Amino acid sequence: MSTLTALRDVTFERNLSLRKLKGKIFEIIAFFAILLGIAMLLTLLIDVFLDGLPWLSTKLFTEFPSRFPDRAGLRSALQGSLWLMVLTAALAIPIGVGAGIYLEEFAPQNRITRFIEINVANLAGVPSIIYGLLGLGLFVRQLGLGRTLIAGAMTMALLVLPIIIVTTREAIRAVPQSIRQAALALGATDWEVSRDHVLVYSAPAILTGIILAMSRAIGETAPLITIGALTYIAFDPKGPFDIFTVLPIQIFNWISLPQSDFHGLAAAGIIILLAVLLSMNALAIWLRNRLLIRW
Amino acid sequence: MDNNHVVLETKNLNVFYGNFLAIKDVNFQVFRNQITAIIGPSGCGKSTLLRSFNRMNELVPSARSEGKILFNGEDIYDPAIDPVEVRRKIGMVFQKPNPFPKSIYENIAWGLKINGFRGSKSEMDDLVEQALRGAALWDEVKDKLDQSGLSLSGGQQQRLCIARAIAIKPEVILMDEPASALDPIATLKIEDLMRELKENYTIVIVTHNMQEAARVSDYTAMMMLTGEGERSGTVIEFDRTSVIFTRPKDKRTEDYITGRFG
Repeated sequence: MSTLTALRDVTFERNLSLRKLKGKIFEIIAFFAILLGIAMLLTLLIDVFLDGLPWLSTKLFTEFPSRFPDRAGLRSALQGSLWLMVLTAALAIPIGVGAGIYLEEFAPQNRITRFIEINVANLAGVPSIIYGLLGLGLFVRQLGLGRTLIAGAMTMALLVLPIIIVTTREAIRAVPQSIRQAALALGATDWEVSRDHVLVYSAPAILTGIILAMSRAIGETAPLITIGALTYIAFDPKGPFDIFTVLPIQIFNWISLPQSDFHGLAAAGIIILLAVLLSMNALAIWLRNRLLIRW
Repeated sequence: MDNNHVVLETKNLNVFYGNFLAIKDVNFQVFRNQITAIIGPSGCGKSTLLRSFNRMNELVPSARSEGKILFNGEDIYDPAIDPVEVRRKIGMVFQKPNPFPKSIYENIAWGLKINGFRGSKSEMDDLVEQALRGAALWDEVKDKLDQSGLSLSGGQQQRLCIARAIAIKPEVILMDEPASALDPIATLKIEDLMRELKENYTIVIVTHNMQEAARVSDYTAMMMLTGEGERSGTVIEFDRTSVIFTRPKDKRTEDYITGRFG
């Protein structure tokens, strides 16, 4: 009897160390995976900074693009990006948030609603160039808007709409049912519950989603190239119906030139673009940590 | 039973979830300024019955009901009656404290605002104080009315929810196991509070805790599944709490109360 117990114990011990070893192996693999990701990012950043730092100057902000590298800047591209972001936000936020609220709070639970929901989710996965083709066909040509900021903003708005709708819905769904019930039990109407509770408590998460959607719009290049924003712009855009260029396109432009000085300029442009994107994402994270309600 | 004024009365009430008959043929009364406890084993439809009284059951998309619930003689399921009006008159306190993530003051003031309060700030201040005093919470929170309702302890949160419910002066307060998420001391406070509240309100409480039902309630409705292998619940016995707990007429009630069953 005693030998049996002992034997069983030995088997147990061996099993346990083997099980622990498996865990350890997995941990090491996972560690190398993250190491690889970070190493790639660092290499990229270091390379960009080495190339771009000498070209990083205030001239980038004040000068228009030029065929002379030491006189070239990002002035029109920065303004174009800013205009594009403001117009895209003005179009996409009310429609996207409105659609999200409707789907989550008011839409009847039927087949049509489910069909729309699935397709909104699918739209978020459509390659951006497709949106560019749609924008080119519909806004630039059909509506005759030309290669203007407004056509670009409408295209970008379509691109980010699914993201805003999906994040709005998730934010609304995160408000617990118990809160809705508490409000309804006080004799509130559905709209009063949405207005004073659900939308108020989900606002920080919706805002976070909007910022992330906007940072996507700023970094996006392909749809704008498709609608024809790949042009030399040496003036300040004055309104939504002006032609324009944006940061990533100007960077792309410079990289495609043969002179190595322009590659330095492009790297400097990348640094600026990264700074904008990272600060937007940081703002989103800060908002999320500060304003989000922990239930 | 006696001449007390009947506030709520169910008549042959059936409640379905889809095709599933959750409660069947329920008939009983709730008397004014009394505490009525609904007791019974899990899954016999106590909460379903309670939520029928303020039409909260309708929030479950598949729920539907047959029969009548009379509130002061008027059928609250009459198609002409808006559930919003019913809930204004019949308040509810939930199992888990669910204060709004707003200030303590706003937790109380919101119900008044949506229900048409049009007074001055000082009148509102008075009503908020009254409600918090009514829920025995005023002394604990009077210096921090602008803090979040979520910053309070569980027991305080539940009393805040009671204050929120009584602020709009309903006639009836429904309580769905209001103390089940609280420690014994907080539970006692809630029970004391219920005894005070019945001076002005009619209370219906669902509870798993038979000692609690015996301690606080005047009347008790015993719910049970209708039979072996059945999934529908019904009220098998309704009487004064003292009768239910000392000489119940139904054998099943006796078994449940003495712990032989459930």
